[in-house]
Amino acid sequence: MNAVITVLGKDTVGILAKVSTECAEVGVNILEVTQSVLQGMFAMIMFVDITGCTVPFSRLVDSLTEKGEEMGCRIHVMHEDIFNAMHKI
Amino acid sequence: MTRGRTVVFQMINSHDILETINMIDHENLDVRTITMGISLLDCIDDNIDKACEKLYDKICRYAENLVKTGEDISKEYGIPIIHKRIAVTPIAMLAAACPTMSPVKFAKALDRAADKVGVNFVGGYSALVHKGFGPGDYALIESIPEALASTEKVCSSVNIGSTKAGINMDAVEKMGKVIRRCAELTADRDCIGAAKLVVFCNAPEDNPFMAGAFHGAGEPDCVINVGVSGPGVVRAALAKAGDCNITEVADIVKKTAFKITRTGQLVAKEASKRLSVPFGIVDLSLAPTPAIGDSVAYILEEMGLEQCGAHGTTACLALLNDAVKKGGVMASSHVGGLSGAFIPVTEDAGMIEAARSKALSLTKLEAMTAVCSVGLDMIAIPGDTSADIISGIIADEAAIGMVNSKTTAVRLIPAIGKKAGEELNFGGLLGNGPIMDINPKSPAKFISRGGRIPAPMQSLKN
Repeated sequence: MNAVITVLGKDTVGILAKVSTECAEVGVNILEVTQSVLQGMFAMIMFVDITGCTVPFSRLVDSLTEKGEEMGCRIHVMHEDIFNAMHKI
Repeated sequence: MTRGRTVVFQMINSHDILETINMIDHENLDVRTITMGISLLDCIDDNIDKACEKLYDKICRYAENLVKTGEDISKEYGIPIIHKRIAVTPIAMLAAACPTMSPVKFAKALDRAADKVGVNFVGGYSALVHKGFGPGDYALIESIPEALASTEKVCSSVNIGSTKAGINMDAVEKMGKVIRRCAELTADRDCIGAAKLVVFCNAPEDNPFMAGAFHGAGEPDCVINVGVSGPGVVRAALAKAGDCNITEVADIVKKTAFKITRTGQLVAKEASKRLSVPFGIVDLSLAPTPAIGDSVAYILEEMGLEQCGAHGTTACLALLNDAVKKGGVMASSHVGGLSGAFIPVTEDAGMIEAARSKALSLTKLEAMTAVCSVGLDMIAIPGDTSADIISGIIADEAAIGMVNSKTTAVRLIPAIGKKAGEELNFGGLLGNGPIMDINPKSPAKFISRGGRIPAPMQSLKN
């Protein structure tokens, strides 16, 4: 199963490191990362494979959301199908 | 890193991802409801206590995991799913087997079952009497005020007309009185009883939205229906488009409705799979909430009206309703329910403002119901409005539905002890709003004639 992690907010040192450490700790494999300033805000989009995730998906969502709050940015972890459904015919 | 997966990911571009997240975070995109339809035909028993026990057990068994499944899907896909609800076989069909007993016991059993499984509403305290009353129907209709006053989560609906059958004017007369009584019995709670009762013409049997949801006789044993929403997303898309002509406006609404509906389709399929229950329909609706930015009225205003209710409102709503369907229909494999724009006054911030400033009147709302998906919905009327006048309003609305082969509905709340201009406040999703003026002239003689308005020529399609 694949998921998309997005980090939106103010650019600070170490965002990528913190999110990827969190992923590595629970067996989430990072496939691709794009990082840019879009629509006036910092946006990092991470494509991950969560097949080997050692914790339930909902716990991954909670822990990353919490991490985001600590860093002062918003982190969303969503199944890729929501984007495919909405944007592909 | 596997090559195959990388290719899949490259197909989703950053702009699309951020657009989806923006819709959820800032434009109130959500899936409004997952509604499980449950047939209670196998719970029929001439002993009402046994029937209630069977009904309670069946709902608790079938819907045991409904709420948790909804929450899991919501978390996994990052899309809010606001309500998890249940619709059941019209209770009048169960009441028919025990006609001497008060059907209120069924309402209480439904309320207990809703509490047990954690849903916030259960619909189906209903009767279908468009052609006449069968056994059980009369008892059920009589019991509606008490049933709604003595339960929290039960919703009721009565179908009093259809394009095929005409309008049952005896039922119209009866429902005027029932609506008033519902309000009177709950006068201490802002007359909320009446807010849980809908009178329909051409009621759909697979509608997932409350208060009018019930599980029709032609439905399978159990089914999952999903209602989408997203007025805020449509409005934001129109705002971004700026000055464009009305054809482009229609195209923007279609494209946005497509995206909204695809999320509903995804949630519906996933819920159906996880609960092992067949997927029924997606209801392509723009359902507002009282939250700022989640308003259908604001979409109409974004199209260029100074305020909802201005001349031009009906035309804008007709375009919106049509474009929502055109965009949504390709996004879902099965479309049903009410499908279109909702205009519930107390549940829509823009409608509330328009009604307060008197830009929006009951007569304008009536015209709007001819081109949108429902009817006169969540409208507070003066507390001294007679039952005959309420029946007159129901008859007018049913006539619009009957002649135009569409669903129309009436959900009026007589504000007992209050006058036009004062306010009712239900709180939560049912919202609040001003009491609107009505025409006080009496239709009493017309209403007291009884009988049935014959089905129109439009019904003769065979």
